[in-house]
Amino acid sequence: MAHAYTPKQTHAEVTRDIVATLGTPSRGYVMMLAGAVGLFLVGAVTFVMLLKNGLGLAGYNPPVMWSVYITTFVFWVGIGHAGTLISAILFLFRSQWRTAVYRATEAMTVFAVMTAGLFPIIHIGRQWVFYWLLPYPNQRYLWPNFKSPLLWDVFAISTYLTVSTTFLVVGLVPDIAAVRDKVSGWRKKLYAACSLGWTGSDNQWRHYTRGYLYLAALATPLVLSVHSVVSWDFAMSIIPGWHGTIFAPYFVAGAIYSGIGMVFTLLIPLRKLLRVEHMITDYHFDNLAKLTLFTGSILFYAYLMEYFVAWYSGNTFEQMTFWRRAFGPMWWAGWSMIICNAFVSQLLWFRKIRTNLTALFVISVFINIGMWFERYVIIVSSLSNDYDPWAWGQMNPTWADWGILAGSFGWFGMYFLLFARTFPIVAIQEIKETIPMPRKRGGH
Amino acid sequence: MATMTAGVLASFIHIDAATDAIRALKAQGHKDLTVYSAAPNHEIEEALDHPVSPVRLFTLVGGATGCAAGFAMTIWMSNNWPLLVGGKPIASVPPYVVIAFELTILLGALSTVLGVILLSAAKSRKRIPYDEKFSDDQIGVFVPCRADQAAAIEALFRQAGSVEVKHAA
Repeated sequence: MAHAYTPKQTHAEVTRDIVATLGTPSRGYVMMLAGAVGLFLVGAVTFVMLLKNGLGLAGYNPPVMWSVYITTFVFWVGIGHAGTLISAILFLFRSQWRTAVYRATEAMTVFAVMTAGLFPIIHIGRQWVFYWLLPYPNQRYLWPNFKSPLLWDVFAISTYLTVSTTFLVVGLVPDIAAVRDKVSGWRKKLYAACSLGWTGSDNQWRHYTRGYLYLAALATPLVLSVHSVVSWDFAMSIIPGWHGTIFAPYFVAGAIYSGIGMVFTLLIPLRKLLRVEHMITDYHFDNLAKLTLFTGSILFYAYLMEYFVAWYSGNTFEQMTFWRRAFGPMWWAGWSMIICNAFVSQLLWFRKIRTNLTALFVISVFINIGMWFERYVIIVSSLSNDYDPWAWGQMNPTWADWGILAGSFGWFGMYFLLFARTFPIVAIQEIKETIPMPRKRGGH
Repeated sequence: MATMTAGVLASFIHIDAATDAIRALKAQGHKDLTVYSAAPNHEIEEALDHPVSPVRLFTLVGGATGCAAGFAMTIWMSNNWPLLVGGKPIASVPPYVVIAFELTILLGALSTVLGVILLSAAKSRKRIPYDEKFSDDQIGVFVPCRADQAAAIEALFRQAGSVEVKHAA
C-alpha cells in the first residue's frame, strides 16, 4: 500500500550516520575497489592495443560494422536513465521514498553516461579526431550533418551528461556543507571549498529550491528524449528489425528497466558496506521493484509487438529477421534477452520476492545480462542479415571486445565506489526535509 | 575581508519557537533577518513571507536562448556549406528540432544554476554570524541591530524559546 514515507531518525542522527559513511573504508570496500581498478586496467591495456593495432583486433566482420562497442554504449546510456527518473521525475511527483536512494542513482547516472561516452570514441577507430563530431569552425569550412541521428546523439548525450552532472552537484552542495561542519583538519578545508560558501540561509534556500525545481522540470523531458534519440540511431535507418516507430518508447522503458536493475546490483551490497541499512530499507527496494515490474512489463509488451508487427506487416525481410532472432544462429542471445527481461521481471508481482534482497540481487544480475543482450541482438542480428543473402555475415566477439566491456565495468565501478566514500551517498538534506522538526507545543 | 555584521544570533530546536520569533521580529519592524536551517521548511518560508525567487527568469532566458541558438546554428551552418541531396531542402527544420531541444535544455539548466549562484551570492557578500549546528539539527535566526537594541532582541528570543543567544559586534 502506498503511504507517506517518514524516516525514524532525528535530524542529528541522519547527519551522524551519513557522515560516518565517509570514514575509514572497510575491507569489503577496499576489495571491491581493487576489483574495479583491476577490471579498468584490463580495459586500459586493451585500449592501448587497439590504438597500436587498430580496430581489426575487435570482431567486426562486414556487414556487422557495429557490434560490441555500440551495444555497450547503448547499455551504459540505458543504465544512466534510472537516476534521472528517480531524482527528477519522482521529485516532481513528490515521491518521498526517493530521498533515500536518489543520490546513489544520480551518481550512477553520471558515471554510466561518462562510461557510455567512451564507446563511440573507441568505436570510430581514429580516436584522436573524435572532435570532428562537433560543429567547430575549421579550415575546410565543413560543418557536421545535422540531419543525421548520429549527430543528434552527440548533442543528446553531451547535454545529458552536463545536465545530470549539474543536477548531482547542485543537490550535493548543502550536504557537503553538512559534512564540512562535522569533520576537521584538511577534510574540513576540502569540504569547505566544495560547499561554495553554503550556510543554509533563507536567501540561499529560496533560490536553491526554485532552481532545483526548474532543473528537475528540464531534466524530465531530457531523460525521455535521450534514449529516444539513441533509438533513432537505429530506427531512422531502413535495416530490418530497426526501422520501427515503436523504438523510442521501447528504448526508454528498457533504459529505465536496466537502470533500476543496476541500482539493485549496486545498492544491495553497498548499503551493507556503508552501514546504511536503516536508511535504505526493504520499503525502498519494494518501490524500486514495482518500477522494475512496470518497465519490465512495457518491455514484454514491446517484444511481443515487435514479433507481431513483423508477422502482421507481411514484410518478408522483417519476418526473416525476427525468425532468425528466435531460431537462427543467434537464438541463444535472442532467448537470453527474452527470458532475462520479459519473464524474469514478472517474478516481481510477488511481494515476497520484492522484499527479499537476495532474490532482488539475483534478478538484477539477470536484468543486467538481459539488457546487454537485448542491444547485442538488436544491433548484431539485424546487421548480419539484411536484404541480400549474398552480403550476409556473422561476427564473433574477440578478446578486444570483451576486454573493453570488462574495462567499462571497472571504469564505472571505480568512480562509483570513490564517490560513495567521498560524498554523502544518501541525501542528508532531503531526508531531513521528510522528518518533521520538534515543536515546543508538543508533537511534530 | 568584509567585517562581521553586528547583531544577535539565536538558536532554536523547535520549529514553532523559531517561527514565533520570526513573526515577532517582523512585527517590530526588523526586516533584514537571516534564518538558517538544515533543510528547506515551509513554516519558515510562510513566516518570512519572501516573494518567489526570480531564478525562473534565468531559466526562461537561458532556455529561449538555447532554442534560438539551436535553430540558428543548424540553419546557418547548412546554408554555409550547401549540399544538395536528392532535391531535398538544404536546411530542413524537422531534424533540427532535436538539436534545438537539446540546447534549450542545456542552456536552460546552466542558466538556472548561474541564477541560483548569482542571486545567493548577492546577499552572501555581507559576513553574517553562523553556527555549525545549523547544518545539523538547529534553526538559527540572526537580526542585524545596534548595540542598544540587542538586549531587547535577546529577551524576545528567550521568550520565544531560543536555546542559545549570541551577540555579534
